[in-house]
Amino acid sequence: MEAIIDLKNLCKSYGSYVAVDQLNLKIPHGEIFGLLGPNGAGKTTSILMMLGLTEPDSGSAIICGHNATRDPIKVKRVVGYMPDNLGFYPQLTGLENLVFMARLNGLAETGIKENARKILELVGLKAASDKPASSYSRGMKQRLGLAEVLIKKPKLIILDEPTLGLDPSGVKEFLELIKSLQREQGLTVLLSSHHLHHVQQVCDRVGIFVDGKLLATGDLPTLSHQLFGNTGVETSIHLTEELADPAILKAEFSTFPEINGLIVNDRILQFNTTQDITPKIVRRLVELGANIQAISHKQYGLDEIYAKYFEKNTNLTPKHESA
Amino acid sequence: MKALSESHYWATNKKKSKETDQLSPFKVLVRKEVSDHVHSWRFILLLALVLLTFFASLYISMSNIRASFSNVNDPDHAFLYLKLLSATDGSMPPFHILMSFLAPLLGITMGFDAINSEQNSGSLTRLLAQPVYRDNILLAKFYSAMLIIATLFISLTLLMIGGGLFFTGVRIESQEFLRIIGFSVLTIVYVGFYLSLSIMLSVAFRHASTSALTALGIWLFFTVFYPILVNLAIRAFLPDAAYLTQGEKLAYNELIMDIMRVAPGQLYSDGATTMLMPSIRSLGPMSMEQLSGAIPSPLPLRESLIIVWPQLTGLLAGSIAFFALSYYLFMRREIRS
Repeated sequence: MEAIIDLKNLCKSYGSYVAVDQLNLKIPHGEIFGLLGPNGAGKTTSILMMLGLTEPDSGSAIICGHNATRDPIKVKRVVGYMPDNLGFYPQLTGLENLVFMARLNGLAETGIKENARKILELVGLKAASDKPASSYSRGMKQRLGLAEVLIKKPKLIILDEPTLGLDPSGVKEFLELIKSLQREQGLTVLLSSHHLHHVQQVCDRVGIFVDGKLLATGDLPTLSHQLFGNTGVETSIHLTEELADPAILKAEFSTFPEINGLIVNDRILQFNTTQDITPKIVRRLVELGANIQAISHKQYGLDEIYAKYFEKNTNLTPKHESA
Repeated sequence: MKALSESHYWATNKKKSKETDQLSPFKVLVRKEVSDHVHSWRFILLLALVLLTFFASLYISMSNIRASFSNVNDPDHAFLYLKLLSATDGSMPPFHILMSFLAPLLGITMGFDAINSEQNSGSLTRLLAQPVYRDNILLAKFYSAMLIIATLFISLTLLMIGGGLFFTGVRIESQEFLRIIGFSVLTIVYVGFYLSLSIMLSVAFRHASTSALTALGIWLFFTVFYPILVNLAIRAFLPDAAYLTQGEKLAYNELIMDIMRVAPGQLYSDGATTMLMPSIRSLGPMSMEQLSGAIPSPLPLRESLIIVWPQLTGLLAGSIAFFALSYYLFMRREIRS
């Protein structure tokens, strides 16, 4: 399958500040890809380069077979882009805003309004379609933005921080909408976010983007394997009373090939395993006569990935975004 | 046979246009801009101001048209319709002088937030993510404002001619008609100059208020301070007129006029007076030899046009220069807000 997005050695710097550094990325058709990174990591800059709205210093961005820098109009015809701060013409109604964008995309004049109404219904804005855009709430604006993206019948949708400023239920609804649309219409979706949980919900694959560099890509299990190879699964077992002799226990479990480490801390046993073997451990413990109170089981998810990569960068705000 | 194939051609052509009944992006943009302008309060306000000026000056010139028409000492007295636009009893400046103040305001109002307001509201990013060329956006902003202004002035002119015909019953000369149209075109170009200046400023400055104030500052500078500065400089640098020969005086006068003509308002009022007062033969000083054989009579239209041509060209060149500059600034601009 040919890649919808094919970025090669994309670089962009503003003065001495490097926004995007040697970005290589391939996204195949029909995938939901999440670009995950903290604020100012260069996500928006990368997206703008994919649309030909910002010129890269070097490297190339091939989107749907067109070079985004040389041929931005062709790219823009097949790509729907929803920017992070959506601004609509406040004097026009939602429907008028949508029809305006549809006309700019060269949609046929006949039935353009009916088409727009249909799309508005699809994104759940039917009731508000004739209200001025200035009266829209944040969530409604996001929906209108999505409608604008959909009306041009794109092959690829790029959503920049689509969940920004939405309340939790709004986020859930919005992501489900994107997911269902992707399934029904066979779209390719690229969404950027700094909310890992949102990305986790919908994305097939995730790219971790920090300081202009793409550190890792892949689906979540692969990612956690890549990043936390040996730690894998962590199982904590709480016992009712302290063990008499931890050494016996350690000797007992050292025969298990899956166990990488065992930490005994008073009544808490912490197992680090390559695979999930919790039942096996529990059975063994019971055989040894230990009284188990609680078991907590933890797989390395985005939280850990996030913590590993982002926490050291949280109080950094690059110049171009704070300006 | 030929007719048949031709009709066939037309038929297929029609079909084709029906199949692709889509508007070009430029047309879509112009449509939206025009509707935005027409519905905006500030445009309605300015429109009211222009209309008020027009009808007030028309009323005043109408009320003493008899006196100025029968004033035989004035070589232009026979041009009734030109008199309607330029005659006044002194209680109010004539229409073209008022327009030299109002037209810049009109141009600035329509252009000062063309780009930066869209950039600040975030709609520019969305707009540019559509398959539209950047220059089309800029051109649509300029074109739609010019369209409205041209419609406004042409219809005002026609209204005035129609009203004049209706009230006086005097037939309009073709020369008068062409002169009035020429005056309207000059006014439109003058508005266009300030429009492209303010669009350029709207690209250059992030905040609408900064660009509006800068545009107003430039306008004020040229209408109020520039003549004062030029006068001061003349007094300081030029030798005393008493020690100059006739030829030197003329040369200095010419120089002063040329310096004054850097101000677009001066170009406009030069042009407007020449168009509306056919007896004006030169915009600079004339020597006694040049005047000695001349009979104070109106010039034909062609001659008047030749006199105002440099003025018109200057204004056009200025507008194009500013427009080109805004292109230059806008084409490679980072659009994120």
